[in-house]
Amino acid sequence: MSEAVTPLNGARVNGLATIADAGLTGMITLRGDLSSAEVKAAVQKATGLDVPAQRQALSGQGAAALWMSPDELLLICDYDGVAETIATLEEALRGQHFLAVNVSDARTYLHVSGTGAREILAKLCPVDLSPEAFTPGMFRRTRMAQVPAAFWLDEAGTFHLICFRSVADYAFNLLKTAALPGGEVGVYG
Amino acid sequence: MSTRLAKTGRLVDHSRAIEFTFNGKRLKGHPGDTLASALLANDQMLVGRSFKYHRPRGIVASGAEEPNALVGLGEGTRFEPNQRVTTTELFDGLTCISQNHWPSLDFDIGAVNTHLSRFLPAGFYYKMFIHPRPFWKHVYEPFIRQSAGLGKASNPGDPDRYEHFYYFCDVLVVGGGVAGLQAALAAAEAGSKVMLIEQTAHWGGRAPVDGGEVEGQPVADWITATLAKLQDMPNVTLRNRCMGAGVYDHGYALGYERVADHTPGSDAPRHRLWRIRAGQIVTATGAIERPLSFAGNDIPGVMLASAIRDYAIDFGVSVGDRTVVVTNNDDAYRTAITLKQLGLEIPVILDARQSGGGALADEARALGIRVENGKGIAKVKGGKRVEGVAICAQAGEGAVLEEIKCDAVAMSGGWSPVVHLWSHCGGKLIWDEAQAHFRPDRANPPKGAKGEGFVIPAGAANGTGDLASVVADAHEAGQAAAKAMGRKPKGKAPEASTSVEAPMQPVWLMPQGAGIKLRMKSWLDYQNDVKVSDVQLAAREGYESVEHAKRYTTLGMATDQGKLSNINGLAILSDALNQPIPQTGTTTFRPPYTPISLSSIAGEAKGEIFQPIRKTPMHGWHEAHGADFEPVGQWRRPYCFLRGEEGRHEAVNREIKQTRASLALLDASTLGKIIVKGADAGRFMDMLYTNMMSTLKPGRCRYGLMCNENGFLMDDGVVARLDEDTFLVHTTTGGAESIHGHMEDWLQCEWWDWKVYTANVTEQYAQVGVAGPNSRKVIEKLTEDDISADALTFMGWSEITVAGIPARVFRISFAGELSFELSVPASHGRALWDALLEAGEEYGVMPYGTEAMHVMRAEKGFIMIGDETDGTVIPQDLNMDWAISKKKEDYLGKRAQERSHMADPNRWKLVGLETLDGSVLPDGAYATAPGTNANGQRNTQGRVTSTYHSPTLGRGIAMGLVHNGPDRMGEVLEFPKVDGGIVKAKIVDQVFYDKDGEKQNV
Amino acid sequence: MLILTCPCCGVTGEETEFHQGGEAHLTRHGPGASDDEFHTYMFAKENPKGVHFERWRHNNGCGKWFHAARDTMTLEVYGTYPAQTLEPPQEIRDAITAKRPGWTWREFA
Repeated sequence: MSEAVTPLNGARVNGLATIADAGLTGMITLRGDLSSAEVKAAVQKATGLDVPAQRQALSGQGAAALWMSPDELLLICDYDGVAETIATLEEALRGQHFLAVNVSDARTYLHVSGTGAREILAKLCPVDLSPEAFTPGMFRRTRMAQVPAAFWLDEAGTFHLICFRSVADYAFNLLKTAALPGGEVGVYG
Repeated sequence: MSTRLAKTGRLVDHSRAIEFTFNGKRLKGHPGDTLASALLANDQMLVGRSFKYHRPRGIVASGAEEPNALVGLGEGTRFEPNQRVTTTELFDGLTCISQNHWPSLDFDIGAVNTHLSRFLPAGFYYKMFIHPRPFWKHVYEPFIRQSAGLGKASNPGDPDRYEHFYYFCDVLVVGGGVAGLQAALAAAEAGSKVMLIEQTAHWGGRAPVDGGEVEGQPVADWITATLAKLQDMPNVTLRNRCMGAGVYDHGYALGYERVADHTPGSDAPRHRLWRIRAGQIVTATGAIERPLSFAGNDIPGVMLASAIRDYAIDFGVSVGDRTVVVTNNDDAYRTAITLKQLGLEIPVILDARQSGGGALADEARALGIRVENGKGIAKVKGGKRVEGVAICAQAGEGAVLEEIKCDAVAMSGGWSPVVHLWSHCGGKLIWDEAQAHFRPDRANPPKGAKGEGFVIPAGAANGTGDLASVVADAHEAGQAAAKAMGRKPKGKAPEASTSVEAPMQPVWLMPQGAGIKLRMKSWLDYQNDVKVSDVQLAAREGYESVEHAKRYTTLGMATDQGKLSNINGLAILSDALNQPIPQTGTTTFRPPYTPISLSSIAGEAKGEIFQPIRKTPMHGWHEAHGADFEPVGQWRRPYCFLRGEEGRHEAVNREIKQTRASLALLDASTLGKIIVKGADAGRFMDMLYTNMMSTLKPGRCRYGLMCNENGFLMDDGVVARLDEDTFLVHTTTGGAESIHGHMEDWLQCEWWDWKVYTANVTEQYAQVGVAGPNSRKVIEKLTEDDISADALTFMGWSEITVAGIPARVFRISFAGELSFELSVPASHGRALWDALLEAGEEYGVMPYGTEAMHVMRAEKGFIMIGDETDGTVIPQDLNMDWAISKKKEDYLGKRAQERSHMADPNRWKLVGLETLDGSVLPDGAYATAPGTNANGQRNTQGRVTSTYHSPTLGRGIAMGLVHNGPDRMGEVLEFPKVDGGIVKAKIVDQVFYDKDGEKQNV
Repeated sequence: MLILTCPCCGVTGEETEFHQGGEAHLTRHGPGASDDEFHTYMFAKENPKGVHFERWRHNNGCGKWFHAARDTMTLEVYGTYPAQTLEPPQEIRDAITAKRPGWTWREFA
């Protein structure tokens, strides 16, 4: 089989923060009753993680569970492990009303890291990104300039940002522009 | 003449000189200067011409309220017109030019207007240019366009960058003067997260100019100490060069930060627009001094008394050697005292009040200054600069008592609080009789999301007077803001100096009984040349509403938005209408406070990130292979692929011929793809589509129509049933997001008990249309799976592996040939595309674009959403009754289609149109019918919805909606062209090519 | 620019994250409905100066629709609540009554 390629093909740029293509990543949209024991068990089995609470991002070894909406999670796993993870979910949820679908190729996934990360996102998203307000483990879906985007913050201070594949160049260039030297705002870190 | 003083100038660095040019003249200033102070230091009194009469204009003010001194700043792509010199920080190498004159500032032909001014009163243009009617287009408009506009438009190609910043705080304090500093401190000490913004480069506002003490130390020291205290607090953000531009609903405010205006060419963004969401907003925006209305008050050298004081103390610039002070209040005495103490001459203080001033007046007299009570200025002498004043009794009609030589006039008509930000979002005002100004009505603030007030005025912006009351008021405002945010503020306001002043006396016209000749030279709005006589004329002509008078006279409509002229104009209007000022009211205060750059509003959205451009996985290949892109929503799709020297038309014809003869590829990745899954998915699909979808078998595809609840066709596409519980819906390219939203709307808000989940997987897949007689052969080269005519029948789909990539193959056809659509994970899209190109080489494979796709579907008589539909077309209009289930009790749009107008047999219906001469019908052309309608226009009986040259048939083909069309086969209609000619076309069947569908069924 | 709190994901966001979707609590009239019923359902919408109930979607967010009780004149937001209901919940009605005694909107008060 041909080599799969991300829309940004490994792009990376350093400015007030480092913006990097996070590479091929498995992503599964799981819709179902998030409060049900079956879904909890299925998520646990497929990812080793609990069902995240409202607007929470739970991360584990090579996996993450992200709260998208009251009946939707985005599960992150190895790109090559998607089929297996979906099979696990389908097996565990047999007879339940649910939907598990591969969206790994529908997204562009970026890492934004470094001291300027908060300010760069605050130039583009109408979200309070102060360290008091936005803490590790929080997950936020919002607008980044003119496109929908979602991001979460890990314990190491890196923002994980997801948006649609077709706007990968736009998203990357937005972040790159916001991170141009000289644009330090000087309010966060 | 105006010069630099050696001993004062707290904001400038006398030890360093920097160079700048004004109209090409090389001048010197100091770091810390504004362009205004530097021009004055160089005795540049004349800085521009007024808009209407081209009168000579000089600097009037020292801050954002300046109406006159606008220049064109910078050069080349960084040129920007209408920049206020008073708010422009001087930097080394600054260049500027004056505006609104020809050929030169000193000699301006347009100044002839000033001699014609008695013939150019308010409303002149309205009255003059209305008759005769035809003159407007050919005579008046070109003339007015020539003379209209202030300054020159800047060149395209702004090299700077701009950005937004979203910020959230409990309390936003606007204004970094004493009041703002104290309010911020009070709120911050209570524990609130505070942001304090100041429009100028320095903190403390005007207080250091006027002196006084706070907490036992000189106010300038207190400012330094308080600023340091705030800087040390982790819950406080300070920002200078950042103007509070506007206050909006629910605590939203804009801060306009001029990050790099004073350091052009640096790597910083030029402007940053702070999009602030605050719980409470304290407006500590100060007050603006009002001019007095006397004849010749617009001559360069006549300035606000406070501005003259500011220039002397802040910048070490004396505006004149001999300054006459004219006032109706005590504050202007401070200017006289300051100048006198600096060794300059004050020939006289003219105090319009019969009773004169208080302690400050005594102090002035003690310095030996002559003070005349009950006197005013009848007229200022001079042209391009002040030469002297004629003194008269304020109570009289302007009989000259004495003439005094001077080179500057310092005027003060009292102070108006800056209530703009308070008022932007609905804060009410009350008229303060004693101060003769409007100030915020604390009982009626703007209301936020919870219905509570969210703006608190503080200090001079709240109408308070001396330093002690400003500090106390600001402290209370800061604490009130913190309290509203749930804090428990403690502590008392610092002690500060008090001062007792004699009451001011409103003076709206000087002298009180000034005759028409004087009134015609008494300016209210300097920039727009509105005089006392104009406002009075407006009132006489019936423009009694202040909003009408404003628009009729243009009072307050200039770039300064009436900061100086508003109250004086209202007072004149009220007097003319014989009613009290509060009854006249004010015009509406709208953001921004002073003009902000359009670029700052656009923010980062320019160049390659002006807007999102959506790209398919094959976009890069298209770019490299001659794609001529067209926008389809935010996608860019190849219209056609140009080869060598060929034009679009040739390329499209080539692509169609190749498809029909052999093999071609279409990048169909943009098509919407939505998964619909669940026990009730079939039921839901039956509601979404007009036709029956629940009966579709897994492994099969069905074309369907989607209508909105109003019955109109909104999307179409092929549905594939993946399994018993799951459908894959294909939408149009433009419909993916909206149809997914439409589905979620009905599932969430109407049928929330149905077991259905949807997911928009549009971008998960790259999709390639493989079309042409050789399409099966090329795919067979790349797969071991069976896709033969028997294994994969028309309108079937299956899962196969193609070029090693897992794929879904759909056997559907939009071009009318044998064709397939291959769908693979987007990350493999380019690989599939490359493999197909390589494998198809022996068949002469080439890609085709959207235009070839359009032509081929039209040859087949297939409709296109957006061409055959326009939001008023129902499926029945398109003869698609076959796609409307008669068995279903309900579907979205069914009830609407039963309405009498929808069921009317006389609707326009779809037919094919064939021109008699083989030409191509103009797109959108109407077929005329006999007679005319009520508006005298030709009656119509149809219109063209799609029209192309068909290379397959070698002639023009078209589809159109025609009144009773299908019943009129063979009739010839006439379609007028834009150039006046007529095209005749025959009504024919809409399927032009392969009527029996044999080509796709092989 | 308004701020709204999405009851589905709990985000308090600015208006640019949301999309307004017209009047709330409409009763669908499909086949079998009279012309008048259908007309009223489709076209006769409330346009009050004051208390209003609207549909909003958190389209740049969790994607869910919800309802907002809002004052069209003062822009005060009395509350937001999930869309899966046929009428405004009592606590929303009480919140409105506290601020606008005597309010009515269609059949609700």
